Amino acid sequence: MFLSLTNVVLALLAAPLLLGVINRTKAFFAGRRGQPLLQAYYDLAKLLRKDAVYSRTTTWVFRAGPVVGLACALTAAALAPLGGARGLISFPCDLILLAYLFGVMRFFTVVAALDTGSSFEGMGASREVQFSALAEPALLLGLAVVARLTGELSLSGMFAALSPAAYAASGPVLALVGVSFLVVVLAENSRIPVDDPNTHLELTMIHEVMVLDHSGPDFAFILYGAALKLWVLGSLLVNVVLPVRTGSAALDLAAALAGMLCLAVLVGVIESCMARVRLLRVPQLLVGAVVVSGLAFVLLLR
Amino acid sequence: MQLTLAGLVILMLSGGASALAGRSAAWSARLGVGGAVAGCILGLIPAVGTLVGGLSLSVRIPWPPPAGRGFELGLDPLSAVFLIPMTLLGALCAVYGAAYLGKGARRASWFHYNTLVASMMAVVLARDAVVFLIAWETMALSSFFLVIHDHGKAQARRAAWLYMVATHLGTAFLLAMFAILCARGSAGFDALARAGAALPAPLATVLFVFALVGFGTKAGFMPFHVWLPEAHPAAPSHVSALMSGIMIKTGIYGLMRVLGFLGAPAPWWGGCLLAVGVTSGVLGVLFALAQHDLKRLLAYHSVENIGIIAIGLGLGYLGLAHGLPAVAALGFAGALLHVVNHAVFKGLLFLGAGAVLHGAGTGELDRLGGLLKRMPGTGAAFLVGAVAICGLPPLNGFVSEFLIYLSAFRGVVSPSAAVVVAGLSGLAGLALIGGLAAACFTKAFGVVFLGEPRTEQAAAAQEAGPAMRWPMAALACLCGAIGIFSPAVLPLLAPAVAVVMKGAPEAATAGLAAAATPLTWIVAAAAVLALLVAALSALRFRLLGARARQAVTWDCGYAAPAPRMQYTASSFAQPLTDLFAPLLRTRREHVPPKGIFPAGTTFATETDDLFQRNLYAPLFRMTGAALAWFRWAQQGRVQLYVLYIALTLLALLLFCVE
Repeated sequence: MFLSLTNVVLALLAAPLLLGVINRTKAFFAGRRGQPLLQAYYDLAKLLRKDAVYSRTTTWVFRAGPVVGLACALTAAALAPLGGARGLISFPCDLILLAYLFGVMRFFTVVAALDTGSSFEGMGASREVQFSALAEPALLLGLAVVARLTGELSLSGMFAALSPAAYAASGPVLALVGVSFLVVVLAENSRIPVDDPNTHLELTMIHEVMVLDHSGPDFAFILYGAALKLWVLGSLLVNVVLPVRTGSAALDLAAALAGMLCLAVLVGVIESCMARVRLLRVPQLLVGAVVVSGLAFVLLLR
Repeated sequence: MQLTLAGLVILMLSGGASALAGRSAAWSARLGVGGAVAGCILGLIPAVGTLVGGLSLSVRIPWPPPAGRGFELGLDPLSAVFLIPMTLLGALCAVYGAAYLGKGARRASWFHYNTLVASMMAVVLARDAVVFLIAWETMALSSFFLVIHDHGKAQARRAAWLYMVATHLGTAFLLAMFAILCARGSAGFDALARAGAALPAPLATVLFVFALVGFGTKAGFMPFHVWLPEAHPAAPSHVSALMSGIMIKTGIYGLMRVLGFLGAPAPWWGGCLLAVGVTSGVLGVLFALAQHDLKRLLAYHSVENIGIIAIGLGLGYLGLAHGLPAVAALGFAGALLHVVNHAVFKGLLFLGAGAVLHGAGTGELDRLGGLLKRMPGTGAAFLVGAVAICGLPPLNGFVSEFLIYLSAFRGVVSPSAAVVVAGLSGLAGLALIGGLAAACFTKAFGVVFLGEPRTEQAAAAQEAGPAMRWPMAALACLCGAIGIFSPAVLPLLAPAVAVVMKGAPEAATAGLAAAATPLTWIVAAAAVLALLVAALSALRFRLLGARARQAVTWDCGYAAPAPRMQYTASSFAQPLTDLFAPLLRTRREHVPPKGIFPAGTTFATETDDLFQRNLYAPLFRMTGAALAWFRWAQQGRVQLYVLYIALTLLALLLFCVE
């Protein structure tokens, strides 16, 4: 219980740090000094103090979007286990609740975007729902593989049952799941090669263009919610790829945290080394992730 | 049971009285609606009693031969699960319909409405094949007359015709199925169950296929769904709500009831239902995405939700066949709860669509927009329905889908390889359906209610009156209530699940117990979510106070954004419809812009039903051509027809003498 609580507090505190690490990595590759590591925290503090401007077109739906989105991300953080510790909320099939909480978050972000009546935000909203519809089966199939492998149905149970020994027994299966999850993490968090979080005025953008009209505390909620989503989905990947079990809870947690930082660096490296895929190719990438998860299952059943 | 019978009688009498009072429209509506509400409430009470108190009632009224042993009705938990949403929706839609039809009511519309409600109740209460088929046919006919309510419109006539053909083809299969079953005993359901248990396997297979086609036509399984997207938009909205919400579920009821007669389920039945479910679910939501008409879109979503129910049923029968009671119980419970939930939220959405039609005069998505400001009550209710139908927590749609997911995951970790694969495909199907449904309903809600009005019609929309808003509010509250009280709702389903699992109450209860802890936790998580939303709203209010300013939408430098710049329904769905273009085969008519100041450029898309165009249209053309050969018999002379009658009588006479 104490560990689970630590986990949640850690997620709440450290999630924006991931953004800083990603940015510093990208700066390193570009030969720049880059922003301070804590830039995301400064941004949040600044935004929370600011005024907001609302379009006359919008209704209460627009104002509800960021609030509901952040509430969902916070609840999801309570579900996600890390480093062998159980999630604060844990029960059989909690993974469905986790996936669908992000579904609620997306639903409200999308309708808030449509509420502005802006063609740009409509475009982003349309792409968001397309890509997430394809990412969801990949995520759930991957989790089903882990469930089959461990015989457990809850996220906490599944990840607690994973250990280096599991890798020795069915390494290729877990590796494939890891690949699939990596694609899901990149797609769901609007990172390259699916989306470019740095630009938001190009016709190609997804998430950033959906939140174009939000300002002040609303935008802070959105940024923080997005950081939490990266943390939660990233923690699923780290749990699969890095099941360190030393017997000491503190060491396990430290290893998992190191894994999260490595993931942030990895995302930074991917963003530096890859170009964004053409939008028409993104579905192929996501269907690829589904196929990889399916392949993992076939290997498991073999 | 007396209450139920009284309800049926009141429904029929008030319907008849309403038709007779047709001269005075106000009295006709008063009689019809009053009778419908009273009859439904009388029917609801014993149904609730059955689920809560565990009653099982039956009544038999002697009936002269050859029609079987008697007019036998019974109320068991399985019937009750269908009866509750039926009576609830029947009453609410009647109240709504009185205001919706207003002066446009036709003389006999309440007669048909009340007959439809009564016959649906009779279908789930019937305990005799003859009574069942009579009720089934009455249901088909009364709904046919309701579909053709606006018979001035060619589209309504076409839809009603298609519905008539489809429903009778379905009934033909049912008739054959019951005939084969009854040939081995009497027509009572108890006798059928005894006779069915001893059926040889090949015959059971044939009967399963007949039941699947016959009941599947009513339920709207792909590819037997073609009547559905035509008939639901053509009917008045309160009738669409009733038909889509609960009438198509009588197909599900029939399937569950009759499969119970056929002895132990063969493993492939479950697999077949699962395949039908995934196909209906995914294709249903895809075709919904491609629609431009609100009611048509909702109709395709019924196909999708029937698919979800079929996935649950498939997992249930697979679990039964492979001796996995937990998988079976959770699958059946999910399917049954989804039946109730879909009645609630699809009823709500169709009533909402009706309010839009009523207030803005059109259901065409791309001619609407910004209605939330003009119709706040309808908009909020529609949003609740949209979130619920996407299966998002904490509303009721999530709970039933969660049960099916739970069943699928239990299948995935089970020892039987067939169930593992089935669980996995159910899982993947549900995930894809969920994502696509979210796309479709953000589109529907966003384009209709958000942004700027796209036409003057939409800008001048009127909010619906209180008699139309209250039923929507009641259904929206139910969406929340079933979600929040799900741990209390689940045990109520156990007796119904036990009926489907052939009276194995321990197995059903034990299987459902697996869902008790998760549901409690989900409610806890929902409470956390609600608290967080409240806290964050308060925080936002504190930070912002009254300092928010108003401006135009910042559309990347456009000084004067116009409503026409908004994303339309077609453009919103275009990436997904393009992705699935080989399935959808959307037709485009495009006149591209020419010159420096282009004028007169148009773009239109139309997505016909895949099966209707590629399967049924050619089939019926061929049938028509073949039947043309018989035209020589139709000479238009009376004496010839008299000769036909005489010859028929002679043949019958000879046959009887044999």
